Amino acid sequence: MPANSALFAQSLTQWTQGTWFASVPIWVWALVSALLVIYMLALPFGGIATYVERKIAADIQDRIGPNRVGPLGIFQFAADAIKMISKEDYVPPGGDRFLFNIAPVLVVVGSCAGFVALPLAQYLVAGDINIGVFYIMAITTIIAPGILLGSWASENKWSLLGGLRSAAQIVSYEIPVALSILPVILISGSLQMGEIVKQQGWQSGHFWNVFHNPFTLIAFFILFVGGLAETNRIPFDLPEAESELVSGFNTEFSGMRFGLYALGEFVDVFVMCALVTTLFLGGWQLPFVELDKFMITLPSGLIALIQVGFFLGKTFVMVFVVMWLRWTLPRLRVDQLMGLCWKGMVPIALFNILGTAIWMWAFKGQSMLQVALGLFSGGGSSH
Amino acid sequence: MLGVGALLRPKSIPTRRGTQAYECGEDPIGSAWVKFNIRFYVVAIIFIIFDVEVAAVLPVATQFKEAVLNGGAGLVFAELFLFIALLILGLIYCWVRGDLEWVKGVTLNAPKK
Repeated sequence: MPANSALFAQSLTQWTQGTWFASVPIWVWALVSALLVIYMLALPFGGIATYVERKIAADIQDRIGPNRVGPLGIFQFAADAIKMISKEDYVPPGGDRFLFNIAPVLVVVGSCAGFVALPLAQYLVAGDINIGVFYIMAITTIIAPGILLGSWASENKWSLLGGLRSAAQIVSYEIPVALSILPVILISGSLQMGEIVKQQGWQSGHFWNVFHNPFTLIAFFILFVGGLAETNRIPFDLPEAESELVSGFNTEFSGMRFGLYALGEFVDVFVMCALVTTLFLGGWQLPFVELDKFMITLPSGLIALIQVGFFLGKTFVMVFVVMWLRWTLPRLRVDQLMGLCWKGMVPIALFNILGTAIWMWAFKGQSMLQVALGLFSGGGSSH
Repeated sequence: MLGVGALLRPKSIPTRRGTQAYECGEDPIGSAWVKFNIRFYVVAIIFIIFDVEVAAVLPVATQFKEAVLNGGAGLVFAELFLFIALLILGLIYCWVRGDLEWVKGVTLNAPKK
């Protein structure tokens, strides 16, 4: 992977030599690509996700949902965006103006920066950093101060309560999330996202990490539930808890600043689901298909498209489950929430790591499937 | 986006009701910046310890697969086990001490007569 991206960069510099591209400083490119990520990926996803979520909610509650703006109400998110932009940009006079202004931006930055390390396809990664997993874990934590600062700067009691809850919650659920990522690292021996996905291919006999051993199956669910809590989604949306705290940390936020919070949340959900997909569900790997044989027969562009399709498909299935859960489960109480994390998920996640390590040691790193196949063929040959 | 909004939207005239903190239509009493029992102070400290430990385990974990395939897994596993055992011990200690309870007993917080 590193060799490939280096080659790619080299060819890119050769290609741009002598043209006006080469004279543009690198930070301009960084800025342009950041804007591209935000405007081409994050914004449409956030907008469409709000629409899809409302439609799913309507279906589950036997309603029609948005149906006025455009066919099937599909331009509802555009109308929402226009409305939010034209709303009064209200800053509470008693609050802290500076913190109030930067707080939503922090949330959006934290969630959008996670996009960088996500491998969309084998050779389609913005930055396949060799500590990719660690990077995503670290950068998405910026959301917590964003919410906390926003709630504090609002000078509103509801906001403060919501923000403090959010801080406790995100901080606590960071632990089970990190601990349930560890088994995957034990299995793959790498922190690089591309490498982790590569090893989940069918040809190495590994299959997806969820099915590597019983412990990773548990770790998958812990990561998913922890991700729900990290992104403040129901049943863990205590920071918002509209029935108790009006609207929680974003009570005083209006217009586009509120929009940024909502966008940040949806993008965060996407990044979290993409992380789960990458680590446990094989990322861009196709199920039951040997990639190397496939590669020879098809043009590489088509391969990349198929891989992106599979990656997004898996991620969107996870996103759908998140939305589905939202309209299915009731909200937890604060003490239940903390209890579930520290007394339930953290101990299980710790034993998961040991379990995976013992499994790796006992079976020489083989997956459940390989062990079963080995037993089968071994039993057959001895007779 | 925030800039575009500033150009497009109509100017708003702040009113007294409009600039109040929202408390369901009631006039807010006092500032929201009060001394507040944040409750999770100890939890936050435990979090830092756990997170640092996780960050410290990561390099060990990355070496584990190679050790399994090329021998020497025992040492790496022992190291890993030591880390995890420390964490489990710490967790049990906090649990027994009651630091993990969100509701810390009513009598402690009740006002003294």
